[in-house]
Amino acid sequence: MSAAELTRSTAAELAGRIAAGDVSAVEVAAAHLDQIAATDDSLHAFLTVDADGALEAAGAVDARRAAGEPLGPLAGVPLALKDVFVTRGLPTTCGSRILQNWIPPYDATVTARLRQAGVVILGKTNMDEFAMGSSTENSAYGPTHNPWALDRVPGGSSGGSSAAVAAYQAPLAIGTDTGGSIRQPAAVTGIVGVKPTYGGVSRYGLVAFSSSLDQGGPFARTVLDAALLHATIGGHDPMDATSIDAPLPAVVSAARGELGGVEGLRVGVVRQLQGEGYQPGVQARFDEMVTLLTELGAQIVEVDCPHFGYGLAAYYLIAPSEASSNLARFDGMRYGLRTGDDGSSSVEQVMGRTREAGFGDEVKRRIMLGTYALSAGYYDAYYGQAQKVRTLIRRDFEAAYETADVLISPTTPTVAFRIGERSDDPVAMYQADLATLPSSLYGGPAMSLPAGLGDDDLPVGLQIMAPVQADERVYRVGAALEAALHERWGGRLLDRAPALAGVGRGAR
Amino acid sequence: MPALSRDEVAHLARLSRLDLTPAELDHFGAQLDVILSAVARVAEVAAADVPPTTHAVPVVNVTRPDRRRPSLTQAEALAAAPAAENGRFRVPRILDEEEQ
Repeated sequence: MSAAELTRSTAAELAGRIAAGDVSAVEVAAAHLDQIAATDDSLHAFLTVDADGALEAAGAVDARRAAGEPLGPLAGVPLALKDVFVTRGLPTTCGSRILQNWIPPYDATVTARLRQAGVVILGKTNMDEFAMGSSTENSAYGPTHNPWALDRVPGGSSGGSSAAVAAYQAPLAIGTDTGGSIRQPAAVTGIVGVKPTYGGVSRYGLVAFSSSLDQGGPFARTVLDAALLHATIGGHDPMDATSIDAPLPAVVSAARGELGGVEGLRVGVVRQLQGEGYQPGVQARFDEMVTLLTELGAQIVEVDCPHFGYGLAAYYLIAPSEASSNLARFDGMRYGLRTGDDGSSSVEQVMGRTREAGFGDEVKRRIMLGTYALSAGYYDAYYGQAQKVRTLIRRDFEAAYETADVLISPTTPTVAFRIGERSDDPVAMYQADLATLPSSLYGGPAMSLPAGLGDDDLPVGLQIMAPVQADERVYRVGAALEAALHERWGGRLLDRAPALAGVGRGAR
Repeated sequence: MPALSRDEVAHLARLSRLDLTPAELDHFGAQLDVILSAVARVAEVAAADVPPTTHAVPVVNVTRPDRRRPSLTQAEALAAAPAAENGRFRVPRILDEEEQ
């Protein structure tokens, strides 16, 4: 097989060929490392590429196969890991100067499960600093570029992961989603991204931003690949007190269509997540999806979620409040950067200098915002009130799920915006998460599925949301729509992305 | 409601352990004002009798058996320290001059 065929294959295909002995895991890893070498000068999806570690892990899979040992469903498949999961022996920066060159002494549960499954970790991907952002421009190491148009953002905060999958550098990637950081990047790069139910994937070793919202999840080019990765990393973990102690929903069966299609399914269209504020091209693709679901036999119902309009305000109080507390650990004492320790300054002065030098603008803004919202005198009006609004949003969802099995909306109000367009206008940047924030606050699973091209011929995503612990429903709907769309398009949406080799190298 | 004074921004920066420059105090002060005006919308919702939600999924206390298990070695724990001495983290003095 040619290198191009290998990098364009799905994870399921690659695993099947490796298990059958048609191709070695080392050849597959090498093809993807070559693709990274050929394209990452213009994309900057990776912060660290671990070629030696990847080839070693791939070699171990080939040795296990040669010895006749059984291989898991993703053994030998390459993956790009967001640089917010700790990796023993491999740098973990969270896109921040404060963790530059930090090498963690342990593996996150997600990392450990990937290694255990024989998944080949190619390297660590770029991200907004500590996952705070919607464009990957807040990385201390420079922005990542969207493979569809290099002057556009790949979404964020998991923009390195979305760009890597969209540019065929890896068939799979891991991201994290606190307010939309998997779904929004997936939407604007034309791939599949899933935020599992909160607690469905362990947070042990995921460097915390907002503990009550953070959730790791898969990126892939197909719904089935996303499900295979979800099943590999998901499930109860005793090391995470918020991990759900129940069997993982049947996401793989659902993605294979074994639980049925959408016929007879009640699909709720959220009145508050469309119309004004959504680009014409985004709204048009969404309306087509509603029509397509009807043609496939789904029953469309309109649902009203009156408190969703307050989601953005509640989120930008809750997440920064939790962040201001979580990021207190970066004090320059036990690991990471230390600045201004001149032998006469106090620990408090050194902490202040270290954090001033080590954190970027958005992190500083959010720490101060959270500190303000948690201050005596403001707590009830801001943080306390935001938590009450969170209850009202949850109730909106619970009421909606009485009349609908899943809810849908556009994933984002616009297609990918230009690098620099919103970088010093925080409130404009926050608008990118308008449609994804409600289900983050509620905690239910949600997928972004490629829905076609919108304004400027750039990708648009459909968001599919489901009740807590009903993750299989988003895969069931996603798989049915994907099959119908691939038939209509004669292939994947990503096939229409411009060839990267042809777009100028060194565009950065 | 907001309109943060420069002193308030400086106080927030101190509480946040961020040694901001004067230019940053002005820049972030203006931005925080805009953000706070946007998020103050939560006050429009009548929610006096609504209980707060702290976690997406109900959480209960989780305990594990109190048994010894492998942990980091001293060398591993100190490997990334900005400064270490005699097998310990070396830190700047804890007390400010007036407190000594």
